[in-house]
Amino acid sequence: MKVGVVVFPGSNCDRDMYHVLTDVFNFDAQYYWHEKTLPKNIDAVILPGGFSYGDRLRAGVIAAHSPIIKDVQKMAEKGIPILGVCNGFQILVESGLLPGALLKNESLNFMCEWTNLIVENNKTPFTNQFKLHEKVPIPIANGEGRYYVDGDTLKQLKKKNQIVFRYSQVVNGSSNRIAGVCNEEGNVVGMMPHPERAVESEINPVDSKPSSLIFESLLVKMGVSN
Amino acid sequence: MAYFDVHVTIENKPGISDPEGDTILNDLVLKGTHKTVSKIKTAKMLKFTIKEKDKKTAQSKVQEICDELRIYNPMVSKVTIDVFDD
Repeated sequence: MKVGVVVFPGSNCDRDMYHVLTDVFNFDAQYYWHEKTLPKNIDAVILPGGFSYGDRLRAGVIAAHSPIIKDVQKMAEKGIPILGVCNGFQILVESGLLPGALLKNESLNFMCEWTNLIVENNKTPFTNQFKLHEKVPIPIANGEGRYYVDGDTLKQLKKKNQIVFRYSQVVNGSSNRIAGVCNEEGNVVGMMPHPERAVESEINPVDSKPSSLIFESLLVKMGVSN
Repeated sequence: MAYFDVHVTIENKPGISDPEGDTILNDLVLKGTHKTVSKIKTAKMLKFTIKEKDKKTAQSKVQEICDELRIYNPMVSKVTIDVFDD
């Protein structure tokens, strides 16, 4: 079960993600520098959080033009599970793999705090072990995390079950309190909160079990566990 | 061929909140004596210098760059392109 963790200049959650994948969930994970290609036999790809290119111009937009993104797009088309967390989500949006935009938080502050998510779609490779509407305590850490879609796109997202996570209450002004979405096929998921910071009880003061289900869902999807 | 300065202004589309502009308006300008101001919008400006045969070509080339490289996110932003002689 090979999982690629893509590293961009300015990624800073890549090592946390790698640690969780390997030490907590026993995935065979490997880093891939953004100028390289992805091997064909990879089973899943994760774009971690951080500040690629220092968020210049707009968070994620420059990294979205990195060479490796072409491979990520090909894998997305093949149905391979792809997860973008925080800056990774911004990169997936800016590369056109996910709809919408991520704007500065309504407060204009960098927000670093615990939130509660509600699972709205439990059919994706990263959410198949959740009960629908299950609550997930999880931290956010972002300055540009306000997800925005226009009214027509929001209707489409609802119709096609592309809203994966919503905040349980207003956090940053996101459209429809959206915290994570997927593509129409469901294999590409982006989320602003950080599951890699929430799956170990030592650093999760609330409950690490729900966030763990994100990674356990991937294991189940890959047939590694039931 | 000549050099042109091309100003690309990127701003939120109408209807999308601009909390920074609102703060500048409400907590700075309107707290002073400038009561005639009714709206402030923030924007980002990129200033290109480009060598093209004429102003029109300079404008269309920069528009092409903005669209191709997603200099702005069309879901939320609009761009205004102004061309000046260098």
